Amino acid sequence: MTDNVNKSRRNLLISTGAVGAVGACFAAVPFIKSWLPSERAKAAGGPVKADVSKIEVGQMLTVMWRSQPVFLVNRTEQQLGVLESLNDRLKDPSSESSIQPTYVKGINRSIKENLLVVVGICTHLGCSPKYYPNLEPQQFDSEWKGGFFCPCHSSRFDISGRVFQGSPASRNLDVPPYTFLDDNTIEIGSDGEQV
Amino acid sequence: MGKIASSSSKNAAGFMGWLNARLPVTQFYKDHLSEYYAPKNFNFWYFFGSLALLVLVNQILTGIWLTMHYKPDANQAFGMVEYIMRDVPWGWLIRYLHTTGASAFFIVIYFHMFRGLLYGSYKKPRELVWIFGMIIYLALMAEAFMGYVLPWGNMSYWGAKVITQLFGAVPGIGDSLVEWVRGDYVISDATLNRFFALHVVALPLAIVALVVLHIAALHTVGSNNPEGVDIKKHKDEEGKPLDGIPFHPYYTVKDIFGVGVFLLVFLFIVFVKPDMGGLFLEHDNFVPANPAVTPAHIKPVWYFTPFYAMLRAVPDMQMGALIMLLAIVVLFFLPWLDRSPVKSIRYRRWPYKVMLSLFAVSFVVLGWLGMQGATELFKLMAQVLTAFYFFYFIWLFFYSRNEKYHKVPERIGDH
Repeated sequence: MTDNVNKSRRNLLISTGAVGAVGACFAAVPFIKSWLPSERAKAAGGPVKADVSKIEVGQMLTVMWRSQPVFLVNRTEQQLGVLESLNDRLKDPSSESSIQPTYVKGINRSIKENLLVVVGICTHLGCSPKYYPNLEPQQFDSEWKGGFFCPCHSSRFDISGRVFQGSPASRNLDVPPYTFLDDNTIEIGSDGEQV
Repeated sequence: MGKIASSSSKNAAGFMGWLNARLPVTQFYKDHLSEYYAPKNFNFWYFFGSLALLVLVNQILTGIWLTMHYKPDANQAFGMVEYIMRDVPWGWLIRYLHTTGASAFFIVIYFHMFRGLLYGSYKKPRELVWIFGMIIYLALMAEAFMGYVLPWGNMSYWGAKVITQLFGAVPGIGDSLVEWVRGDYVISDATLNRFFALHVVALPLAIVALVVLHIAALHTVGSNNPEGVDIKKHKDEEGKPLDGIPFHPYYTVKDIFGVGVFLLVFLFIVFVKPDMGGLFLEHDNFVPANPAVTPAHIKPVWYFTPFYAMLRAVPDMQMGALIMLLAIVVLFFLPWLDRSPVKSIRYRRWPYKVMLSLFAVSFVVLGWLGMQGATELFKLMAQVLTAFYFFYFIWLFFYSRNEKYHKVPERIGDH
């Protein structure tokens, strides 16, 4: 059989096939890329502003950014005071593997010490955790020191959005990029001059 | 050649003769119905293949009618479903046939798969039949999930969110993959629209093609049976299996009876209890999608809950997603994990019977756990049962190698 093969014809066949396969890969690109967020979706995902002067101490304001709730919490001295003592009960106390801008550091995870800004979406499977501000025993945690509890799969976060050990979530709550336009106005979704 | 010549000479005249000379319709009818010899001892468990086909036809027919009144638009979808339910003539019936059909599909498929486990229908030479079946099962899960998103209720929205988030478990490219699947930074109109396209065009085409392959592969090797014996070993002078009977009329009649019983139950649910107390249609989905309000208890529809329980049992999201994926992947390898030469459970000894029963029970209990809230006890139970699910396959692989079994008869009815 192999004796009858016309080598040059066969080579032509193989190279035609190879060129065709490369062409098919290029042709697939528009189909795959058309699934990416459209220009309109990108524009709608732009930054949003919020007035933070109206948030009383201990209260939380929820702002929508990219259709996700962003929690703005004016934390109390008491809530901030216990952060250090929680470190050994947390998965990632210094937020090394969490998603947050570089200008947000330490156990406060915020630009202004008292004002927490986190995406209110559980890093486990995307539910929205509930705010339990009081430092008192709860049904889900007898040593509760204030923070967030996810009703879906019982993930627990402290008042800096850091996840407790024993929660199904493995990452701290995400901190979105944000900047202060002035003392009272925050812009979520932009880094401002900070990078 | 001889066969074709003789059959064409017999049917040369008339319309059928004209047709057969151009398209072998009669030959096809013979190969798959009137001269497809199936074992004579099919029992109750053999209803579910033809019932799956019936439900598929129901889904396609009612699905086409639903698209005539539905709009895949995030602002309109929820309202369109209510419009179908209240204003479209007979719309409520067509929709309930479709939603109940989705659950019925999985009930029928789970019975169909368990039949395969009971009688070793996945074993040589039917490995490909099993694999095509598993791909259909996967395609069906994707189809059901995307269909569940279309009414754009709050559970549609949050379910879509949780499931698409699973793509985030892919190392390195996870987050961009999630954006690519959703077509936006969040679940949005773009997501709904592409799920609609996949649900009504792409996946049904794939499922129909796979069903054709599943049946073609089955008819190439022939059907297994509750005895697990090969009926092709003993044939009469004409080459027909002695223990086989033509599919039509014998099994078409039997299946029509099955269809009758099935429709009684199915239509009872459609007319009397279409939501099945929140099992087939979840209560949270009667509220429009709301990105700011998470339902207190997110759970998928019942047919996904065994895998959902496995996902939740693992305290790490990436590992959980991997375990869930492996739970399905391992089933593909079943023909090679079970190394026993005996097919039917009837001729296997008690250890296999006990383990298969425990396996089935653990799957059902996992399904129940997947619907419950996450308490410590339930989590522990799910962990134990998930471990057992995988242990079963490991055990089977080693046990079946030198398994002791009862003597398998030569023919059906030889005891």
